[in-house]
Amino acid sequence: MNPLVLWFHKLGSPPYFYRLAGRLLPWLWGLAAIGIAAGLYGGLVLAPPDYQQSDAFRIIYIHVPSAWMSLFIYFFMAVNGFIALVWRIKLSEILAMAAAPVGAAFTFICLATGSLWGKPMWGTWWTWDARLTSELVLLFLYLGVIGLYHAIEDRRQAARAAAFLALIGIVNLPIVHFSVKWWNTLHQGSTVKLFGPSLIDSRMLWPLLIMAVATKFAFAASLLSRARVDLLELESGKDWARQIALAEETSA
Amino acid sequence: MSHGTALGACRALIVRDLALLWRRRGDALNPALFAVMVIMLFPFALGPEPQMLGRIAAGTVLVALLLAGLLSLDALFRSDLEDGSLEQLVLSPHPLPLLLACKIAVHWLTTALPLLLAAPLLGELLFLPPQVLGTLMAALALSTPLLSLIGAVCVALTVGMRRSGMLLALLVLPLYVPVLIFAAGACDAAQQGLPVAAPLLWLGAALVLALVLAPLACAAALRISLS
Amino acid sequence: MSEFFAMGGYGAYVWGSLAVFFVVLGIDAAAPLVKRRRVLRELRGRLKRAQKRNEESA
Repeated sequence: MNPLVLWFHKLGSPPYFYRLAGRLLPWLWGLAAIGIAAGLYGGLVLAPPDYQQSDAFRIIYIHVPSAWMSLFIYFFMAVNGFIALVWRIKLSEILAMAAAPVGAAFTFICLATGSLWGKPMWGTWWTWDARLTSELVLLFLYLGVIGLYHAIEDRRQAARAAAFLALIGIVNLPIVHFSVKWWNTLHQGSTVKLFGPSLIDSRMLWPLLIMAVATKFAFAASLLSRARVDLLELESGKDWARQIALAEETSA
Repeated sequence: MSHGTALGACRALIVRDLALLWRRRGDALNPALFAVMVIMLFPFALGPEPQMLGRIAAGTVLVALLLAGLLSLDALFRSDLEDGSLEQLVLSPHPLPLLLACKIAVHWLTTALPLLLAAPLLGELLFLPPQVLGTLMAALALSTPLLSLIGAVCVALTVGMRRSGMLLALLVLPLYVPVLIFAAGACDAAQQGLPVAAPLLWLGAALVLALVLAPLACAAALRISLS
Repeated sequence: MSEFFAMGGYGAYVWGSLAVFFVVLGIDAAAPLVKRRRVLRELRGRLKRAQKRNEESA
């Protein structure tokens, strides 16, 4: 068999995935921590203040990477949900469901920091702007997936139902964004523009890109550590899980 | 063994569902009663000035009907699950999406249609401007089947649960947002004397799409939650 | 230094955002660790009970 295909099959085996994820985790957390430290140093210290928003614009280094992550993770969850529904791969079910809380966390960060940014800039904590509203709906979609997953007793059936909901959600998301935009322009004129493309100079840009990469690592680390625990729980009747439980006891 | 035609199965299912509902015809008025009570609360909360109420009338009626529909959604598969006929439906040799489409249609006829008929009355209670009424009715006629179809998919996902009320609302409401926006957009345009065709056409397009896709999705969801 | 912390008068908002970011990510990172301890404890408990049953029946 092709070595890559063989590796993929091995990856689908829970004990192999558990060990591999355990080995990767410290590296992922380390890279995430270094990236976040570097990105925030660049963003909060090195980048010059914005000529319109002065130092308040620095919230961008948290807000925008979180917004990107909230969409990226939803996409990741839906793709894994699709794989789980079509090919019934156990690992995909676990990954899709482990991604949901992380995605909800990033969506919440995005909304909260957006609110903290909006207060000094627009003079209000919340505005029914198209992006904000879509992001709020996204948070509800995440909560729906998590809620459905935890409401069904059988873990695998729960994962499949929640994955199906995630797929419905990904169809719904562009519709929501488009309709909210249309609704908003109907009620009021142009919305507040945050920043034009000309405003961002390279000293402001590179910390943003580093933060975008670092949050990907943080997501990967959190995802793998969640997936490991979920696998352990799901496979608790299997021999490899027992061995891990007994090994932890002697070391503890 | 002969199974009869799919059309015959659909007819039998519709007749059975209608007969079951006719036995408990008092329940059919509950959603409409709920909508009237919700509408009644608004003048108490906002004051009785006709101008103020007239401005929010269309949107309030839409939201009240949406909530009433949400309340009745839970009953779509509830009794069928309890007496085991839902599993027979899934096992039947006839296409499940078609059978579910019949069930959803009956559900719409018996829960949403009374609401639709009550809508002019509700509008009158809130001093709905007369030029908006036609648009409101058109928007409701297009959006209530859409809400029933979308809702049915979510009900199918939660069908096995004992207490699904709050969760169902959480699943359904994000999906209802675009429908509400377009229906309210049409009413808003009518109120300002602008052309209303565009949002209504969007609703119609969405309805056609949902008529085809929602029964399929509903069937898939039902198979997942009954597996 | 205090000028840096003031962030041109927007200090509360900028540092507040930072706090939200780290608190939420911290909770997110801690949740699997807490769950892991619970899962392993339950698993060990089940193993011990099974062992005891085996000894009694033997």
